[in-house]
Amino acid sequence: MRRWRGSASLLAALFVVGGFGVVAFVWWPAIAAIAPPARRSFDDAAIRRGRDLAAIGNCSSCHSLRGGKAFAGGLPVPTPFGAIFSTNITPDVDSGIGGWSEAAFRRAMRSGVDRDGRHLYPTFPYDHFTDVTDDDDGALYAYLMTRDPVYAPARQNLVSFPFDQRWLIAGWKLLFLRQGHDRSDPTRSAEWNRGAYLVEGLAHCGACHTPRNALGAERKDATFAGGDVDNWQAYALNSQSPAQVGWGKAALSAYLREGFHPDHGTARGPMAEVVRNLATVPAADVQAIAAYMADIFGPRSPDAPPQPRRQDVTVAIADAGRLPGDSGTAIYTAACATCHESGRPLPYGGINLARSTALSAPQPTNLANIVLAGVRPVEGEHSPIMPGFADSMDDRQVAALLSYLRTRFGKGPPWANVDQSIRDARRTQTADLHPPTTLDNAPVDPPQRGKK
Amino acid sequence: MITLRVNGNDRQVDADPDTPLLYVLRDDLGLNAAKFGCGLGQCGACTVIVDGKAVLSCVTPLLLLEGRHVTTLEGLGTVANPAPIQRAFIEEQAAQCGYCIPGIMMRAQALLMRRARPDDAEIRAALAPHLCRCGTHMRILSAIHRAARLMDTADLSPTSERVR
Repeated sequence: MRRWRGSASLLAALFVVGGFGVVAFVWWPAIAAIAPPARRSFDDAAIRRGRDLAAIGNCSSCHSLRGGKAFAGGLPVPTPFGAIFSTNITPDVDSGIGGWSEAAFRRAMRSGVDRDGRHLYPTFPYDHFTDVTDDDDGALYAYLMTRDPVYAPARQNLVSFPFDQRWLIAGWKLLFLRQGHDRSDPTRSAEWNRGAYLVEGLAHCGACHTPRNALGAERKDATFAGGDVDNWQAYALNSQSPAQVGWGKAALSAYLREGFHPDHGTARGPMAEVVRNLATVPAADVQAIAAYMADIFGPRSPDAPPQPRRQDVTVAIADAGRLPGDSGTAIYTAACATCHESGRPLPYGGINLARSTALSAPQPTNLANIVLAGVRPVEGEHSPIMPGFADSMDDRQVAALLSYLRTRFGKGPPWANVDQSIRDARRTQTADLHPPTTLDNAPVDPPQRGKK
Repeated sequence: MITLRVNGNDRQVDADPDTPLLYVLRDDLGLNAAKFGCGLGQCGACTVIVDGKAVLSCVTPLLLLEGRHVTTLEGLGTVANPAPIQRAFIEEQAAQCGYCIPGIMMRAQALLMRRARPDDAEIRAALAPHLCRCGTHMRILSAIHRAARLMDTADLSPTSERVR
């Protein structure tokens, strides 16, 4: 109730601010449509660079449906205000951005306004993209405008009044959109500066990893303090990181390209798509991201517990078969330890759970997701695997297991909301198991490893 | 001793509670339809049905199965009286070496129990956890569609009520 009143007063504030915004910020002119530029008019090098930039920006993740045509949009992005559908950014004239000039594209990236002059919802993270350079916007434009055009009209957003009033977004921008950042720091290395530019701009890491306020804007007082996305937790990446072993540049760099790291775990949920994209970009860019993020994590705390070693977590499996009942201990020993304590190397062995971030996270969300759904192998990739237990364990058994894992391997107090997390995970998983039709075996954007 | 309900019968099993269901089915109960493939829950050859859902028996320890109903391919039909899913696979000649087929049939059976007429996309999505090296995939798809049609005729699924 209190929360609703808070939202209502914020809403009132938004209307007031929106009122002032009307004059100066609401109205943007349309930019005349152009005939789609010919393939020849773009420089090959720019297209290639645009491809890498699009991968760093993880564009395909929101702008494609699983199994659908790349960049054709249509993905519903759930927000507290309703579902916003991603749009078609292929160069189709009627339903995509085929009629957009480079200036129109740049304006969308920088100011969140489409070619017709309509305000775009900030689900399109222009609060980050605003910092992308003209040059990089040009390369992204070259890449997108040379994709296959797909006819896919935008779907009607499922937002109710007043959030369906796009002019209100002008007020949101007045409050939360800051343009013209200069993050360059001459006292830092060129690599750090490159990382800052990518992380805060195109890669928009904060869009998931920073919590949002009542109006859906990232909280500047809690940058990288962790957020929620699609029933997954995006862990804190600052000094509040729940990681059991401190992150360093080398570990980050490996994790972001391989999708797993023995000291931390595997990238799952929406992060799996991020690393799948990052696996295809120049290593130097991922290293730059890692260098900057290592700095955000901060130095490893001096009184952090010593790094656990495998022998610390290995139990004697020999007697375990006689454990009575289906307690968490018994389930762990019978169903989990056989891989997680097998000593088989990653990615096909199980990660050392004493190093898994999921077990030390503030919520059991990600652990519940993984125990139920498992980790599907990525086609054609050397990737982690785990079977899901959704159909072999009932809720009580999963709850017993999760609580046991938290106590045994995690840090922090016992989780309070295990049962709810399991129900949420089952619901999400059901949606995942019954995908829309037109599912296809081909990955949306096949990784192009080894192309450089 | 653990009591396990398999294909409608209570079976007494003398095995440790952490024993994978697959080992008990094959070694103790002589039900050899479910196959050992990878032992990691990655190939699908060991799939059986537990309480109506397809489960990988090689990574399912006995202690999870107290009071639950296990169905194996043997529980669906016999050589003399094959279940619709079995008849369909025979009629479409959907097996080559056949090692993966029992698991695939059980997964397809579980799919057809919750979705009477799945389309190609749904079948492909459901069968994603199964590997088949011989490559009879197209025949497998046809067989599952055929089974769906056969199941529309009630008298052709005499044993299906045993599957729970």
